[in-house]
Amino acid sequence: MIKIKNISKSFNDKSVLRNINGEFDKGKTNLIIGSSGTGKSVLLKCIVGLLHPDTGYAFYDLRNFTDADKDVKSEIRREIGMLFQGGALFDSKNVEENVMFPLDILTKMPYDEKLDRVNFCLKRVGLENVNKKMASEISGGMKKRVGIARAIVNNPNYLFCDEPNSGLDPQTSILIDELILEITHEFNITTIIVTHDMNSVLGIGEKIMFLHKGDKLWEGSNEDITHSGVKELDDFVFINKVMRSLKGTKLV
Amino acid sequence: MKEFGRYMIFLGSLVVRRETFITYYRLVVDECMQIGVKSISLFVLVSTFMGAVTTVQTAFNLVTPLVPRYVISQVVREMTVLELAPTIMAIIFAGKIGSSMAGGLGTMRITEQIDALEVMGINSSSYLVLPKIVASMLMYPLLVIVAGVCSIIGGYLVGTLTGILTPTEYIMGIRSIFNDYTITFALIKSVVFAFLIASISCFKGYYTQGGALEVGIASTEAVTSSVIAVLLADYFLANLLL
Repeated sequence: MIKIKNISKSFNDKSVLRNINGEFDKGKTNLIIGSSGTGKSVLLKCIVGLLHPDTGYAFYDLRNFTDADKDVKSEIRREIGMLFQGGALFDSKNVEENVMFPLDILTKMPYDEKLDRVNFCLKRVGLENVNKKMASEISGGMKKRVGIARAIVNNPNYLFCDEPNSGLDPQTSILIDELILEITHEFNITTIIVTHDMNSVLGIGEKIMFLHKGDKLWEGSNEDITHSGVKELDDFVFINKVMRSLKGTKLV
Repeated sequence: MKEFGRYMIFLGSLVVRRETFITYYRLVVDECMQIGVKSISLFVLVSTFMGAVTTVQTAFNLVTPLVPRYVISQVVREMTVLELAPTIMAIIFAGKIGSSMAGGLGTMRITEQIDALEVMGINSSSYLVLPKIVASMLMYPLLVIVAGVCSIIGGYLVGTLTGILTPTEYIMGIRSIFNDYTITFALIKSVVFAFLIASISCFKGYYTQGGALEVGIASTEAVTSSVIAVLLADYFLANLLL
């Protein structure tokens, strides 16, 4: 479980996040949603430590990560897997080397054991016989899958996904969403996903936090998102004609 | 001054939270291949022509018959060892390797590859930059030695084939009044230049923000700043050590 307390962040004089509190449950897909520029990615970066919040803390199973010393931070980071928006695969390495990289750096496993683990993870995300392909030789959807395989190869306790289906076609997006959901349940990990994709919100939003202009306005699940009573959230959810026509009906 | 302060903090970050020795060893060997082995052909080509041109131009300027012909190769040797091989090659090195380092790190930054390393608990600056600096400091002096030898050979080939001076005169000039400290001085310079070029280029690339345009700007800034630093260091080292 990850808990955040009073997180605020400004860049120069521009306040991007204001006093964000919340809990992200273990074994569930926790979504941070909102329009572009509302501070979702900044919040995620504050939680994983890529940015230091101006105020507030992130707790990983009661361990204060934000104010932890470098050793404790390093230890917690070794329990984290992260899928980046563009995959963030290392250009100089092939698929196998990319997925094996966290094991090379963080463990002393023998090579054969590492290879077995890599093959297991690649198979788990539906990729086989692509081990020797370079990152530049695979499609966007495959990059995301390799990114997921790399994120889970070290058996993380926490999985972070920054817009996992951006730039993907709807069908591949749903496959990636379902894969993240399955992995979250299968390995009982705390997953936090930043997205503004309504298919993801309705499909895998077991717990949802809605941000609007740097403030947290609502928290709930995909089952009650359509009757939140929050105007800004309604504007976000019922943005198109199809969704508006379904207003008032139970979507999930 | 603010930029200089950031640069010093960046250098400090390279030596904290390091990975294992074997990890660095592999990375340094890889970088040595990229920086050293893949640069040899360019260094050989440039330095050979540099030596050849120096011979022709020195001969052109020595119009008095009172100066013996072997002085031409003596001038070529001194210019090559003291300035052309370590300093002019440093500018080539900054253009080829410095821009490549800045561009590579800049691209890694904007495609979140550096963030990925940080999230894994790896000190990205130490992991990515330290091997490049170490490999540069190991390989650049070797490249300078190769460049020096090629420059003198280039001078020999052009000088003797065009009849500017005889092989005996050339060899005589190369061997006369030789102060071996100039070699030590050239190698000290090459280590300092390699450090400056690699660290400044990596610094510019590592802190790139934005997109492809900014990566290009970072590469250009890396070369410009490295060359200025090399020229300043050249002057101070000459004052200090000669």
